[in-house]
Amino acid sequence: MTATPHISDLPMPDLRTGVELVPTRDEGVTETGKDYTSDQEVRWCPGCGDYAVLKAVQGFLPDLGLRRENIVFISGIGCSSRFPYYLDTYGMHSIHGRAPSIATGLATAREDLSVWVVTGDGDALSIGGNHLIHALRRNVNMTILLFNNRIYGLTKGQYSPTSEAGKVTKSTPMGSVDHPFNPVSLALGAEATFVARTIDSDRKHLTAVLSAAAAHRGTSLVEIYQNCPIFNDGAFDAIKGADTKHDAIIPLVHGEPIRFGLEGSKGLVRDTETGGVKIVPVGTEPGQVGEDALLVHDAHQPDPSTAFAISRLTEMGYLDQTPIGIFRQVARPTYDDQSRAQIGSAQDAAPGEPTDRLAGLINGGDTWTVV
Amino acid sequence: MSKQVKQLDRVIIRFAGDSGDGMQLTGDRFTQESAVFGNDLVTLPNFPAEIRAPQGTIPGVSSFQVHFADHDILTAGDAPDVLVAMNPAALKANLGDLPKGASIIVDTHDFTKRNLDKAGYNTNPLETLGEVNDPLAGFAVHAVDLTGMTVEAVKEFGLSRKDAARAKNMFALGLLSWMYGRPTDGTEAFLAKRFAKVPDIRDANLMAFKTGWNYGETTETFAVQYEIKPATMAPGTYRNITGNLALAYGLIAGGVQSGLPILLGSYPITPASDILHELSKHKSFGVTTLQAEDEIAGIGMAIGASFGGALGITTTSGPGIALKGEAIGLAVMTELPLLVVNVQRGGPSTGLPTKTEQSDLLQAMYGRNGEAPVPIVAPQSPGDCFSAAVEAIRIAVTYRTPVMLLSDGYLANGSEPWQIPDVADLPVIDPAFATERNKTVPGKPAKDGTETPDTTEFWPYLRDEETLARPWAIPGTPGLEHRIGGLEKGEGHGNISYDPANHDLMVRTRQAKIDRIADSLPPLVVDDPSGEAKVLVIGWGSTYGPIGAGCRRVRKAGYRVAQVHLRHLNPFPHDLGDILQRYDKVLVPEMNLGQLSLLLRGKYLVDAIGYNHVRGLPLKAAELAEAIGHLVAEAEGIAVDLTPAATTTVDTITEEV
Repeated sequence: MTATPHISDLPMPDLRTGVELVPTRDEGVTETGKDYTSDQEVRWCPGCGDYAVLKAVQGFLPDLGLRRENIVFISGIGCSSRFPYYLDTYGMHSIHGRAPSIATGLATAREDLSVWVVTGDGDALSIGGNHLIHALRRNVNMTILLFNNRIYGLTKGQYSPTSEAGKVTKSTPMGSVDHPFNPVSLALGAEATFVARTIDSDRKHLTAVLSAAAAHRGTSLVEIYQNCPIFNDGAFDAIKGADTKHDAIIPLVHGEPIRFGLEGSKGLVRDTETGGVKIVPVGTEPGQVGEDALLVHDAHQPDPSTAFAISRLTEMGYLDQTPIGIFRQVARPTYDDQSRAQIGSAQDAAPGEPTDRLAGLINGGDTWTVV
Repeated sequence: MSKQVKQLDRVIIRFAGDSGDGMQLTGDRFTQESAVFGNDLVTLPNFPAEIRAPQGTIPGVSSFQVHFADHDILTAGDAPDVLVAMNPAALKANLGDLPKGASIIVDTHDFTKRNLDKAGYNTNPLETLGEVNDPLAGFAVHAVDLTGMTVEAVKEFGLSRKDAARAKNMFALGLLSWMYGRPTDGTEAFLAKRFAKVPDIRDANLMAFKTGWNYGETTETFAVQYEIKPATMAPGTYRNITGNLALAYGLIAGGVQSGLPILLGSYPITPASDILHELSKHKSFGVTTLQAEDEIAGIGMAIGASFGGALGITTTSGPGIALKGEAIGLAVMTELPLLVVNVQRGGPSTGLPTKTEQSDLLQAMYGRNGEAPVPIVAPQSPGDCFSAAVEAIRIAVTYRTPVMLLSDGYLANGSEPWQIPDVADLPVIDPAFATERNKTVPGKPAKDGTETPDTTEFWPYLRDEETLARPWAIPGTPGLEHRIGGLEKGEGHGNISYDPANHDLMVRTRQAKIDRIADSLPPLVVDDPSGEAKVLVIGWGSTYGPIGAGCRRVRKAGYRVAQVHLRHLNPFPHDLGDILQRYDKVLVPEMNLGQLSLLLRGKYLVDAIGYNHVRGLPLKAAELAEAIGHLVAEAEGIAVDLTPAATTTVDTITEEV
């Protein structure tokens, strides 16, 4: 088999989809990416991976079939966080690291919106790390696009929390001694219900992952490897090069054996020694493992241990090996749905005009009347 | 036996014990009884930051002071007339606050060697009464084994000794209720409800309460019962209310009156958490409470909700405001309605979490990067927290701006009788969401000379001419899709702009918008009975009570002084400058080192004179009166003597405070 994944038809294990409560476009109205393009001039550096992601998102949003005014993009600070300005939807370019909290308030207040967060490796994992993990554990219905270029771009080239150890940057002239985060491992550890990884330049895969993320009810985290041609050019060359990508990308397709390499020469099996997973040669020769013995990817597995083990195959130095695809997609009640349900049942139990009920409230307790 | 009944016009009682002794509950019940009886009252709870500080120690002492009277009073009182001390530490910690002649009712049970040591007593002060070096000389001491009598009284319920002894606070409450002729129905109903699930405990508490009452009636230890007649109050329905409860109700009222669902994003912090707790109970009003992962997330959630067309609120204390600063700036820039509640406490840093202070005024005013003006509203009493919250919401929604509501620890936990307003009298707040495009863009002539038709656009920063507020267009509104954010906006269209002249214009416009709020404010009320005072006392927030009481003392002694109190700290009301100019001397009492003074000096070039205490407690009216007196003497060139004619024992207090 080839390394091209087919992931867009992943069946949803949830009862509701991510956009189920969002009003849909009137019948007969067609929209294209142009309708989602604002009148603002895009100001990323030439060659920036953000352009490809923007194009893919603009092209993909009409496919959701939603009313455009019910889509909201919230971002933090950083190059990628300029994203909302270029989309003709509602949007907020907020403050550094805080977009998940703002989106949490918005998504909880409004069930009829499709809420998206655009963030970067510095925004989400450094200054906003706390909000990211808490958004994931709460499972508020929103989709987080984490653009990971493994560098600080807008502040001109300092190392980021995903930069490899030893990286020489303006702030680490002798090499970074900071240990990097693996965003997928972090998200799985934070009990995220949807975790995926994709690549800026693979529009087909990116679009398929975005579709699945939008359809997921709960917080979806999509890590997008994104090249910064100015401060970290070539960081993803191994997974993009025609000669190298077969060995560098481990494609994850739900229900399929995990196999990669030229002509599927490698695959994953459980490692009984470590309890994790390991890469083995695939084939019928001695020392090789047959395809039927390979680990079959199960994104719906409630236990995240195997997904976590797979995430650890990500090379945290120069990126010449990484799993790509949907690591985990499981159903768990969302915070916002449950919060609204509590409000709804409390309101059902307290009929009457709000002003009358307010009068009842403030006149409660021990009162006395002076005549 | 028949007991003597003496008339008093007011009494200050302080209940003091270990943190676990239930003193807050005891004080609260006594307060409720007094409120229902019809006295005017003000309370001052005072407790340590530790939930259970080491038992029997001075740091573990918790107290509750209640001042009740047959007339209108303004403060919880400077010094207690009666101290109820449940252990040696409570006695020692509070003795210094008592004036000579005060009564002390002390539970002798815990005056053991071990507990005396913990409190730092070398000898038992109860055993040296009347001797040389008696630390209790000059006080009327009633040493009673409250715990022992409680345990004896509840024996029939078969409780452990520990549980039995825990009812001693109800015994004390019963005794004090007898002594001051309080109605008991409310407390009995309260106990029945509170301990409904544990009948033994319920019955033991009821029995202790009744036995305490009966003990007062029969024992010879207490020969006198006191009567404090109901106060004359304006007609209406009243309830006793704390500032935090009134504030929470005010927020709900603001939601109802604006028709907006409320979303509160909040991280627990003393002394603001009770607002989170209270609002969490009122989901039926469409109130969503989100307990955030941190202070920043709390305000972030509120901003997100406001962007979505809800009323975003965040509640905290000073340290939380420090963390929220950047997000408040975002709300200033995006011009979204937002309410930020700061229940101030002693600072800096963690400071005094359970004590009161007014030291966050300048933080509210200036605690952000850039020129980021935020309107400030401050309630003046616990009950006033209700209408101050409604007012803050009015400003936030009408002017599309974050508003800072500055309460404090004293208002939060203190209580007073509150005249319940008629909902029909509350202001109606119109969110006036934008629904249509607001800008016509002329068509441009094409190259061939033909005209293209005009088009309409939505400009999110095109302002209302009167208020300078921008339109509030919420997601889901077709045709008004727009982007906002923290980067500088171009005037009108709201797109990112780095243009120097535009930035200058926008900075000035944001300031002008806040300044315009003053157009909507009523004139200040100057309390100057003679109309000839030369000294003006001006304050803000919870100092209203002590300032008013201080001014009354000065006037009662025959001197003239004027008082004005600020509810709006930003912008100041239009007439404030003129009022300040009318007086020779301006005194500014504050529980900080002169923050309002600095603002008044800066804006009005007035020689504001500070009166500043930062002791974690409300200002004392008597001390403040002395300061006012000195200033009156200076301003009018006269001698001022405020000494009251009568001595101040419990039986003879007549002085009005």
